[in-house]
Amino acid sequence: MRKYTPKDNVQGKAKYTDRFWVAPRVPRESVEEESHFAAVYQAMNEAVEVLDAYVELGQLVIHIRPEENIAALEVLKNTCDYAMCSELSAIDYLAQDGEFEVFYQMLNLKKAKRTRLLTRIQEGQAIESIVPLYAMANFAEREMYDMFGITVNNHPYLKRIIMPEDWVGYPLRKTYPLQGDEHAAWYEVDKIFGKEHRDVIGPENRDPGRIDRYDSQRFSRVGYEVPFGAEHGESETEQPIEYSKQILVNYTTGSEVLDTRK
Amino acid sequence: MQEPNKLKPFFENLNFERDDNTMVINFGPQHPSAHGQLRLVLELDGEKVVKAYPDIGYLHRGVEKMAENMIYNEFLPTTDRLDYIASTSNNYAFALSVERLIGLEVPRRAQVIRTMLLELNRIMSHLFFLATHALDVGAMSVFLYAFREREFAMDLVEDYCGARLTHSAVRIGGVPLDLPAGWLEQLSTYIDKLPEQIKLYEDLLTENRIWKMRLEDVGVVTPEDALSWGCTGVLLRGSGIQYDVRKEEPYELYGELDFDIPVSDRNDSYGRYRLYMEEMKESVKILRQLIPMHRKTEPQIMAHNPKYISAPKEEIMTQNYALMQHFVLVTQGMRPPKGTVYAPTESPKGELGFFIRSEGEPYAYRLKIRAPSFFHTGILQHILPGTYLADVVAIIGNTNIVFGEVDR
Amino acid sequence: MAQHEVNYASTGGLPVALTTVDKLLNWGRANSLWPMTYGLACCAIEMMATGASRFDFDRMGVIFRASPRQSDVLILAGTLSKKHSEFARRLYDQMPDPKWVISMGSCANTGGMFNTYATVQGVDRIVPVDIYLPGCAPRPETLQYAVMMLQKKINRESGNMNKNTKQRFV
Repeated sequence: MRKYTPKDNVQGKAKYTDRFWVAPRVPRESVEEESHFAAVYQAMNEAVEVLDAYVELGQLVIHIRPEENIAALEVLKNTCDYAMCSELSAIDYLAQDGEFEVFYQMLNLKKAKRTRLLTRIQEGQAIESIVPLYAMANFAEREMYDMFGITVNNHPYLKRIIMPEDWVGYPLRKTYPLQGDEHAAWYEVDKIFGKEHRDVIGPENRDPGRIDRYDSQRFSRVGYEVPFGAEHGESETEQPIEYSKQILVNYTTGSEVLDTRK
Repeated sequence: MQEPNKLKPFFENLNFERDDNTMVINFGPQHPSAHGQLRLVLELDGEKVVKAYPDIGYLHRGVEKMAENMIYNEFLPTTDRLDYIASTSNNYAFALSVERLIGLEVPRRAQVIRTMLLELNRIMSHLFFLATHALDVGAMSVFLYAFREREFAMDLVEDYCGARLTHSAVRIGGVPLDLPAGWLEQLSTYIDKLPEQIKLYEDLLTENRIWKMRLEDVGVVTPEDALSWGCTGVLLRGSGIQYDVRKEEPYELYGELDFDIPVSDRNDSYGRYRLYMEEMKESVKILRQLIPMHRKTEPQIMAHNPKYISAPKEEIMTQNYALMQHFVLVTQGMRPPKGTVYAPTESPKGELGFFIRSEGEPYAYRLKIRAPSFFHTGILQHILPGTYLADVVAIIGNTNIVFGEVDR
Repeated sequence: MAQHEVNYASTGGLPVALTTVDKLLNWGRANSLWPMTYGLACCAIEMMATGASRFDFDRMGVIFRASPRQSDVLILAGTLSKKHSEFARRLYDQMPDPKWVISMGSCANTGGMFNTYATVQGVDRIVPVDIYLPGCAPRPETLQYAVMMLQKKINRESGNMNKNTKQRFV
């Protein structure tokens, strides 16, 4: 029976998992009283609806609703002194929940503290751009749009940034295979030579260990000489791989007994 | 000879509404001073840049996608190719993220070696910056001098790990090898000689009239802009904001070392050039303190944690249980606990961090690389308008962007 | 009159050398290869190191040029992404004949470790390649060796470039 491969997540999977294995979780601590994070939590709680908040590996994590991302970031920037947004991007949870998780990684330079805002949006739902607050989002949100196809409202220039304009598909989605789809495989050939040259150029070689024994340009032959660049068939006929019928060492009838215990 | 192809001139789809008195020029993606594969579309009014549009992605290799299809140890050599001028800083940032995720204590000797390699990489990267930046501005001899010193630093790294450029010298949980015999003596000879050489470059450049005219008041980044555009590293410190991850959120041995964070409030390219020179001197200072530390440590170089890290080779060869663990870790990969980690480090370019979301599988569910150069490219569209075309090259060189990191 | 007569068939110490046009042309071509600075990725750093102080490429007559119009070797150093492939071909087309291509590094040869959607799996899908240089990244010495091999190859070629058919790898 052919092995079943799920179509909604074609990324690497564990080859073997113990039946009783349960993945542990990084400890999530509650927000301590009187700390910097408690003040942040307090201020956020007053302004927006906080769905969940905890401290994970020394960084405060706050879950908010996607409509309130601007309001939450305004609180962080203006009252809590988070002057820099280090990073923002998305995580694909379409296979499990049909949602994307968008994260904003924030940095308070004066106290050297980091906070992460998490929000979940449905597929096809747009999120408000944070460019008016943090200009770094100009590139980061474009990258998010490019890689996941998440539309960002009111972005000054929402276009593909990393992939070419005429690229098909969103590469970092879990449904997109690592080695690309049909369009990706022929992209450069179509662009430079045109579709009609696909046959001339041939498909990509995705197997790094492939050896073509009749290729006289890349490989030389051991034993007898074939001129460089000779077409296959000029000097030899194609032979199927043969296995030697001659038995060099016959272990079944040998006089030596390997295992003396028998 | 030419094979027929259908390539046409590519100015038909530019993104500007063109007025009559401006000219649109295309800068890159293959330009000798574009520092890799940056394509800038510049709209010029005479010689002044009116609008700049950085087009990136010409070196996109799908590294983040690869991370989702590779076990953690397998991915480590790929991080070399991000910021390929200082590979160890990438290796280290990735290893640190995974170590934080699984809660691993690295032995002290490994910490010393890692910190040494990181600082050596910082020197290599800054020397490379100086060489290429000076070449862009027109000082050819500095290029040759700086590359000479860089080769000696590369020799040291090569002695340690065997590679000149792509080191992979850090492993998750420690380092693979102890320092070879005589390495520390070579290192101390090198760092004794380096300050003289730095002084030579400073004599050539710092008071040089042409150098000053090309850099002073060019590429001004105000502190507000630097924060808003997510600039880190020298670009942030050149705007008068003293923030260095090594000092503020110490990792490895930086908490116990004595060094200063140079800062400049000139906001321009010249101030940043001075910062690069000062940082090299600080790195020399750090390396001086590290050399005696190595002798005082225990010889253990990999963390002991059979759940995640393979045992030393001697144990694998002699003990059955260690062999079994090693087999499982190599064939299936380690399984960090579920959770998210973002561990910032100070790479030579700025704040480099790996955001890892683990779902308890041997493959990372999502790995986002917070690359400093990506945001330093973003600010180009803000600081280039208003400058002259000749300054564009100086500004690009001064932001010190590396395209392996920008496009990933 | 007779004292000025020169017997060209037996030129003892006279400054005359006999050769073929092929050899003369190839001698000129092979000893002043001007590559284009076409740094794509990590290998470009090693390419720069080759041109810099310790390894000194100039002593082999190799001077890096910034323009495709002035160069005759294209050193494709590094990963060629699909977005960039169009420009690589365009630059190759802009170079005047005769021209040669060195594919430097595993990424340029076969795609190397980047077996992903965004990487061209070998630049020979785009341009004909003369020398494949393995390594990730190749050391500067190997790049110099590759140029020496290219010089050998040029010396084997016919001076008339129309006779030299470029290999078409598929």
